[in-house]
Amino acid sequence: MSKVNAGLRYSAEHEWVDGSSPVKVGISAVAADALGDVVYVDLPEVGAVITAGETCGEVESTKSVSDLYAPVSGEIMEINQEAIDNPALLNEDPYGAGWLFTVNTTSEGELLSAEEYAEKNGGEL
Amino acid sequence: MTEKYTALYEEHKRLGASFTDFGGWQMPLKYSSELAEHHAVRKAAGLFDLSHMGEIKVTGPDAGAFLDYALVGKLSAVKVGKAKYSLITNADGGIIDDLISYRLDDETYLVVPNAGNAPVVAAELAARAEGFDVTVNNISDDTSLVAVQGPNAEAILLALVPAEHRDAVTGMKYYAAAKVPMALGAWSAELLVARTGYTGEDGFEIYVPNDAAPILWAALLDAGTDRGLIPAGLACRDSLRLEAGMPLYGNELSLDLDPYAAGLGPVVALSKEGDFVGRTALEAKKQQAPARRLVGLKGAGRRAGRSHYPVLSDGAVIGDVTSGAPSPTLGYPIALAYVDTAFAEPGTEVQVDLRGKPEPFTVVGLPFYKRPS
Repeated sequence: MSKVNAGLRYSAEHEWVDGSSPVKVGISAVAADALGDVVYVDLPEVGAVITAGETCGEVESTKSVSDLYAPVSGEIMEINQEAIDNPALLNEDPYGAGWLFTVNTTSEGELLSAEEYAEKNGGEL
Repeated sequence: MTEKYTALYEEHKRLGASFTDFGGWQMPLKYSSELAEHHAVRKAAGLFDLSHMGEIKVTGPDAGAFLDYALVGKLSAVKVGKAKYSLITNADGGIIDDLISYRLDDETYLVVPNAGNAPVVAAELAARAEGFDVTVNNISDDTSLVAVQGPNAEAILLALVPAEHRDAVTGMKYYAAAKVPMALGAWSAELLVARTGYTGEDGFEIYVPNDAAPILWAALLDAGTDRGLIPAGLACRDSLRLEAGMPLYGNELSLDLDPYAAGLGPVVALSKEGDFVGRTALEAKKQQAPARRLVGLKGAGRRAGRSHYPVLSDGAVIGDVTSGAPSPTLGYPIALAYVDTAFAEPGTEVQVDLRGKPEPFTVVGLPFYKRPS
């Protein structure tokens, strides 16, 4: 069963957010496993302003493509070039090396606790 | 719809497969990573459970003549031990299914339709058999199908074949089949082995009674592990067949499409004697150039076109993608698409509308990938 990292909060659309400032954002192992092997990641640019609940990029696997939703509103401070160069990091280490970007948050969307997210999506804490 | 399970379902669960519904069947989508499975088939070998495919036995003095009438190809001309790719159409020339027929002896053929279409094809064949001295027997429920695909497929299969029968395998040509004796631990039997497949690689498809399928599966895995064989699911089967430019029923082929638009004109044997189902309609269709044709598309960027995405030229819709994915072997996006005939020439620059963003693609010849010979 896909792992849900206990130290993070999650959007209903499977993005995770950590507690640092600026916050770091990625996609959950549940989402990565469901997508299959990720082969392409399209991320917002540094300086772009994203809005919680709206699409801000794409994650493409061999079999499908999914929108990436902003879990929080704010300015993109940094993007993970390593994940763009090697999208397999999203499958291999979704909560670590496969992070996507950091945001200087102005407001948050609706975020679930790890327990709530795991219960809803069948993940394993 | 009731979920159907192949005789190998428990093996797949044991191997940690994730499952998907395919034509009503619960089939392994992948065991580990679909990319790893894809590359294994190209570089070494993959083991597939294809038991969802149909098997229909056609037997009798009229078997050849009957299939000449029921299908668009000239099956009576197929030599014993050989196979032929063909289509079954309705009277309007619409494609009911694409299928492979093996001639097992003078009066026996094994017709293999696609999973979801098997009941329809069996019923159509039974209906078309009236007036012919043949028996149409749908043995799909009793038959499993296991495929070994990849450059190491022959070596792996040979590990299960007694030395005195090796020639039956090594001498088997592409699109041929034979009964081959196999030693599977305590169990031995003659199984129908065909040198066919859907991956663009060398490989074999082995027909086996359901109760023996797990034994065969385990024996092949055992023989193949040292030769790079891994179990392979439907996800990589789809990316492999797409690279090989092979059509998938429901994507590239359908009742609304005729063989000429699909680029399968040569499969239709209008020159054969006698009537066949669809002849009148197909003769008429051959006279008129199809409005759209199936082509290959190669993407310039990294993002892939997917089924149903519009193909554009200068902003105008000129076609539709039917299958598309990033090609794991080639490293760029590939797609099959129906485009207006005016844009079907290789080299034509088009765009695919990727969710509102047009990206450049080029029409290319098929297949995208051809194995080194």
